[in-house]
Amino acid sequence: MKKKRVVKRPKSRREFLKYAASGMAGMLIVTLMPKPSWAQRIHQIEEMKHVPDWMDHYYAYVVDTTKCIGCGACVRACKRENNTPDGYFRTWVERYQITDTGHVYIDSPNGGHESFPPKDVEGNVLKGFFVPKLCNHCRNTPCTQVCPVNASYETPQGVVLVDKEICIGCGYCVQACPYDTRYIDPRTHTADKCTWCYHRITKGLAPACVTVCPTKARIFGDLKEKKSEVREIIESQRVMVLKPELNTEPYCFYIGLDRAVR
Amino acid sequence: MIYTEFSFPNDSHIIWSLMIVTYPFISGIMAGAFSIAALYFVFGMENLKPVSRFSLLVSFSFLVCATLPLLNHLGHPERALNVIIMPNHRSAIGGFGYIYNIFLVILALTLWFSYREDVIRAAEAAGGLKKKILTFMLLWNLGKDDDTRDVDRRLVFILTAIGIPSMAVLSGYVGFLFGSLKSNPWWSTPLMPFVFFVSGIMSGLALVLLLYLYLGWYGYLEKSYKCLRTLSALLWFSTALYIILEGVELLYFYYESSDAWFVISTLLLTKLKYSFFVLQLGIGLGVAFILLSAMFALKLEEPSFAKMAAVASIYILFEVWMMRWNIVIGGQLFSKSYVGFRDFHPGWMEKEGILVAIIFTVLPLVVLFMVTRFLGVRPSGDESAQIDNPGVNTDEELP
Repeated sequence: MKKKRVVKRPKSRREFLKYAASGMAGMLIVTLMPKPSWAQRIHQIEEMKHVPDWMDHYYAYVVDTTKCIGCGACVRACKRENNTPDGYFRTWVERYQITDTGHVYIDSPNGGHESFPPKDVEGNVLKGFFVPKLCNHCRNTPCTQVCPVNASYETPQGVVLVDKEICIGCGYCVQACPYDTRYIDPRTHTADKCTWCYHRITKGLAPACVTVCPTKARIFGDLKEKKSEVREIIESQRVMVLKPELNTEPYCFYIGLDRAVR
Repeated sequence: MIYTEFSFPNDSHIIWSLMIVTYPFISGIMAGAFSIAALYFVFGMENLKPVSRFSLLVSFSFLVCATLPLLNHLGHPERALNVIIMPNHRSAIGGFGYIYNIFLVILALTLWFSYREDVIRAAEAAGGLKKKILTFMLLWNLGKDDDTRDVDRRLVFILTAIGIPSMAVLSGYVGFLFGSLKSNPWWSTPLMPFVFFVSGIMSGLALVLLLYLYLGWYGYLEKSYKCLRTLSALLWFSTALYIILEGVELLYFYYESSDAWFVISTLLLTKLKYSFFVLQLGIGLGVAFILLSAMFALKLEEPSFAKMAAVASIYILFEVWMMRWNIVIGGQLFSKSYVGFRDFHPGWMEKEGILVAIIFTVLPLVVLFMVTRFLGVRPSGDESAQIDNPGVNTDEELP
């Protein structure tokens, strides 16, 4: 006959384990509950409520590579406006030279900050052009997807931002961005990137790089505005995005993008 | 078109350095060690009994140290708890807090139940503060009758069974972090979690085998040639599986010959030429697999078998570390322009330098030593008789 098993345990231990398990389960439920991140709550702050319709926009950016002359004014303006650290860039300009030998020469000395000195290449240059680069503010953003703490987020106006008060500096977003537009700021040890000059556009101004461009190669505007230039270009012209095969859905569009562009 | 070398301006820095090499190395050992315990406690592989509980201790020691390199890597380690308090459920790292803590709780409970009797003995033998701490750890329950022992055994079975998927997720998850990044062709492959998991099992088996050879042959663990042979066979099997996975991955890249292959082939033939082909595949994997195969093919007997197993294990550990290096660092040696490359030379005394990496790698072994010393337990089999007679050869059929 099978012996009935009686296990005596002190009541206190049982209660201890019961309460410990309940506490842990409670903590788990709290962390699993859907909640807006601290970063997203910034957009509900009182201070901005006096600015009319500041949220009622959906921004896009167009780069016309056929107009860029590589003067570097945009890179300098961005550095001044956003105080980016030396050696890191929120925006930069690349020079492409394709020669009759089949070679593609690309360079971006100091991001194009001091413009482009002449460069020796092998053979004759068949075509040469400049390509400004910046954060593509993607809709299907790999960077906000991977951020473990919601420090990287997308605003209702379609701008991808980083909350430096929350960022833990893991660098996962930097690895995830296929365009290499993010970096870890050596001064704050947090991720940093182009914000389309969010502090300016929410006040109705254009980003610094757009303001200084002498050839109107950089165009910024609101897609919700029917007569905005960006909307007109995107609707009427043949525009392209960088690395479309990655399905990141960039909202930075390019006119005249060559197949050689990386 | 022939591209000349060009890196994006922000691509001049290695973001994930030695700390991110160290973390998967440590977590892999943790997984491998736990799998040994699982094979005994859940699947009843009796030959592994001498190392079953000890491998739990190894796994635990490595698990509690696993987060240190990650914390050291973070730009703001003081905000690390944000990952648990306000995780992004879409992020692969966002799940880390859950995955890590679930496995930590399971492993701690498994250890608690499997070593409870040893700790009771240690508490009974100790006095003063140590006795109080040990009694608290036992939750004031010093019962060790047959019924209690039976409950402990059942719970260890259940917990280890739950621990297997948790361990697999925690180990393979590191691979997922890399494999899911479409921005990096060297990382972006669905095989990555499996490569990390299998190589982790290899490294755990290799380290437990090495420690077992040392502790078993010096009288701290039950000495069993059967156990050694089983561990070696498992090591051979996991190494063979790893070779297949690594081979398939490379073959896939080569045969597909996409845009990614250009950068991967250039990377392998230039920046990783020495570290991948010579150190990882040649010296690490090649030598280890040949040694492991020879041990069984030549039907070696105990002394030679044990020596070769030890050497093979060292090579396996070296191979796995090099694999971590080649994946983590290798994936950052090219620009996202896919036509630019750079070098990485870690310093000795940097925050994430070589010395710190060595300390974090060795620290779990120090923890293992301290835990066994403090608890007063001999990491031995279940029966107290064996604890009283350490070093007894229990393989009756051995000469």
